[in-house]
Amino acid sequence: MTNTIGEFAKAKLLFCIGTNMTEAHPVAATYLKNGVRNGTKLIVVDPRRQELADYADIFAQLRIGSDIAFLNGIMHVLIKENLYDKKFVEEKCENFEEFAEKIEEYPPSRASEISGVPESTIVEIARMLGTVKPAMVIYTLGITEHVSGKRNVMTLANLQMLLGNMGVEGGGVNPMRGQNNVQGACDMGALPNMFCGYQKVDSPEISKKFADFWGVDSLPGQPGLKIAEMINGLPTGRLKAFWIFGENLVATEPDPRHVSHCLNSAEFLVVQDIFRNETTPFADVILPSAAWSEDDGTFTNTERRVSRVRKIKEAPGEARPNWWIFKQVAKRFGHEWPSNSGRELWDNEISVLCPAFAGVKFFRLDNIGGIQWPCPNEEHPGTPILHKDGKFSRGKGLFQAIDWVPSSEQPDGEYPLVLSSGRRLVHYHSRTQTGRAKGLNERMPEEFADISVQDAERLGISHGEVIRVKSRRGEVRIKANVSKRIAPGMVWMSFHFWETNANHLLSGDLKHFDPDTMTPSFKACAVRIEKIA
Amino acid sequence: METHRIRAVINGREITSEPGVTILQAARANSIRIPSLCDHPALPPSGACRVCLVEVEKNPKLLPACTTPLTDGMVVDAFSPKALAARKAVVEMILIRHPLDCFSCESNGRCELQDLAYELGIEESPFRDDGDVCTEHELDDTNPFFIRDMNKCILCGRCVRACDHQSGYHAIDFQFRGIKTMINPPVGSKLEESDCVFCGQCVQMCPVGALTEKKAVGQGRAWQTKTVRTTCPYCGVGCQLDLHVNGDRIARVTGTEDGMPNLGRLCVKGRFGYDFIYSDERLTKPLIRVRKGEKKSPDDEFREASWDEALDLVSSRLNEVMQKHGPDAVGGVSCARSLNEDSYSMQKLFRMVFQNHNVDHCARV
Repeated sequence: MTNTIGEFAKAKLLFCIGTNMTEAHPVAATYLKNGVRNGTKLIVVDPRRQELADYADIFAQLRIGSDIAFLNGIMHVLIKENLYDKKFVEEKCENFEEFAEKIEEYPPSRASEISGVPESTIVEIARMLGTVKPAMVIYTLGITEHVSGKRNVMTLANLQMLLGNMGVEGGGVNPMRGQNNVQGACDMGALPNMFCGYQKVDSPEISKKFADFWGVDSLPGQPGLKIAEMINGLPTGRLKAFWIFGENLVATEPDPRHVSHCLNSAEFLVVQDIFRNETTPFADVILPSAAWSEDDGTFTNTERRVSRVRKIKEAPGEARPNWWIFKQVAKRFGHEWPSNSGRELWDNEISVLCPAFAGVKFFRLDNIGGIQWPCPNEEHPGTPILHKDGKFSRGKGLFQAIDWVPSSEQPDGEYPLVLSSGRRLVHYHSRTQTGRAKGLNERMPEEFADISVQDAERLGISHGEVIRVKSRRGEVRIKANVSKRIAPGMVWMSFHFWETNANHLLSGDLKHFDPDTMTPSFKACAVRIEKIA
Repeated sequence: METHRIRAVINGREITSEPGVTILQAARANSIRIPSLCDHPALPPSGACRVCLVEVEKNPKLLPACTTPLTDGMVVDAFSPKALAARKAVVEMILIRHPLDCFSCESNGRCELQDLAYELGIEESPFRDDGDVCTEHELDDTNPFFIRDMNKCILCGRCVRACDHQSGYHAIDFQFRGIKTMINPPVGSKLEESDCVFCGQCVQMCPVGALTEKKAVGQGRAWQTKTVRTTCPYCGVGCQLDLHVNGDRIARVTGTEDGMPNLGRLCVKGRFGYDFIYSDERLTKPLIRVRKGEKKSPDDEFREASWDEALDLVSSRLNEVMQKHGPDAVGGVSCARSLNEDSYSMQKLFRMVFQNHNVDHCARV
């Protein structure tokens, strides 16, 4: 996020697109609700009439995968009606002309045709964005889990630059990150093209800095493979050995059969985790890890806030801290690593190697609580808002001319509905944790497929009835939840329970992945539903 | 223009304050104590319980500190004989109905009513007659997360305001009139069928034992637990949690009231989803696959191994693959749920030791 969660409570306008915040980020949503009660305007854009829509001034129920056309339509109105921030665009951005030419192709009538949102609503949203300033753009995986995920994000950046809503309180482009430490895993360089602190692996100076610090002659200059490329590289032999640390890939990636086949092709597979799960049966070696509360360290939240995680107990049996495991393997390759705790790793390595975290030290986290990076020195209070005064990392903000492309798998006669998937309030991903927490399982012991009243009536399906949801990959039997929140032609499911996991229906074929980010289309897959009895 | 600061005296201490705050807020900001019960700094004031009645010079009547704005020149005394007598009477009246089964009450030791009675030297209510103690409500333990003992409810309304203001659901409110007044979801509905999402914010805000966490039962008294602040293991909001720890067990979890970004707020997973770490199903020993045949098969079993054996095997097999196929034939994914220091170590291992950049995690999903 460029901004902070607390701003939701005092912003003038929130533009939420593809975020089911009340279930996926419930505490953040409480600030949004506080804001709405205090007069914050709220625009909600989502294929589901989910809870946020209940609080919205304007709700747009768009078709799955139509985001770019819809947003371009809004920007068309902003430009035509002169509602954009000319000063910001001229002084802080570039490539406006090419971008504006592209936008010309998306009048509200066309945006409406593609997105299913009435033209008048598109105009109304544009006028609210153009007159109530600033606005925070907030999104989640509803934006990124598409073949056009990266382009969806860039379109939102276009919108905020056009409105001049960058670098100000109550503005910005704000992705709500999913896992507790997905921001941190990025920050730490668990990425094929970046060392920790977003330092590029193909920069010779950066590479030398890391090689010198770690005490090796050199480091390779070519970025590595992304997850999907690694998984799919196993059957082709591009990758021979694979190490999975704390991810239940079989249950959480699209098409478990495909993932299983890939993992089975590995010559050697290491799985490091706290429980057996759907992925561990494919391992050659399973390494038992310390869990949350069994080791000292830090998490970084979606607002770039680094906070302490503290140990209260020893790991059970012989389970060991994860960093210890990596250190022992390094040792067997002849490298003695100096750090022996989370504190030493952060204070003596991470914060030394990464200018953005240089001022974050354990003693400060212990004294004052979390610190938001960038934090360049120990006197620095941290940075709640990025790109202050329109200063972007690359200099000027770059407008991109972006075309809408349809989802890779369109509904057709055989599979006429679109399935979208995600997470529900009570559970988390494949339930390795929430499935073992008393109360949570009782509250939600099984999964259901949300379908529209119209589709249920058409097929004679009643609420709670077990139905078949089928795609080109497979089928699941699951209870129907007939809901007014679902538009006709749509099915919504989670991936919490193995038997009814939406991933059985999705495709692991890379043609259904965003070509740049290799993110699967978790939000768009053609299916049909059938009555069983 | 410089804002005018208010000058006042509270409990004998001179203070200055921004305008627009209550007497109680100004006192808290200056670390001056005024006893209170229905008020909580995270909630809008309501003035329900009258425990915070204070004597203010030139005011013939006692004033509730939680709802009275501080004004210039006020001289406030929370412990004058008149204020103390009133406070004592207020608490004695609350105690007419409140059961005195502190012995078995889950909140013993952190009950704000108990603390007030102790401070004011009250053993039991002089206004209480036989049969006054509230026993009419059945214990409500139908939801999987917390127990509602409405006999112990003192109607301070903190839960109502927490649900409304902090959680934004307003699933519960005052119901019925007079002596029958109680806190409930809408008439005729059970909590499980109401708008309640079981975030448990009401439980955290309850000053007595009317709302208590199921999993905390028998896990230790307040004085037996220590508080350890940490960060929630679920979503990317990164809520700050106070773990109330007894030995190596988490007795219960509350939101850290001054912790950013959640300021004491939690959701159902953050508050109630912690006990997976104690599961009997945890992996506790390194395991090595025992192949039944040449190829991997679902029938293969795993045998326990020492760390040395498992790590030697991992190292030698990875080394073999790299010798045969080059360093790029090895790859790994890190964990977006684990510590920064773990992800740092994994990418260091791949980059520095294995000499490739094949390290990723679920960043873009």
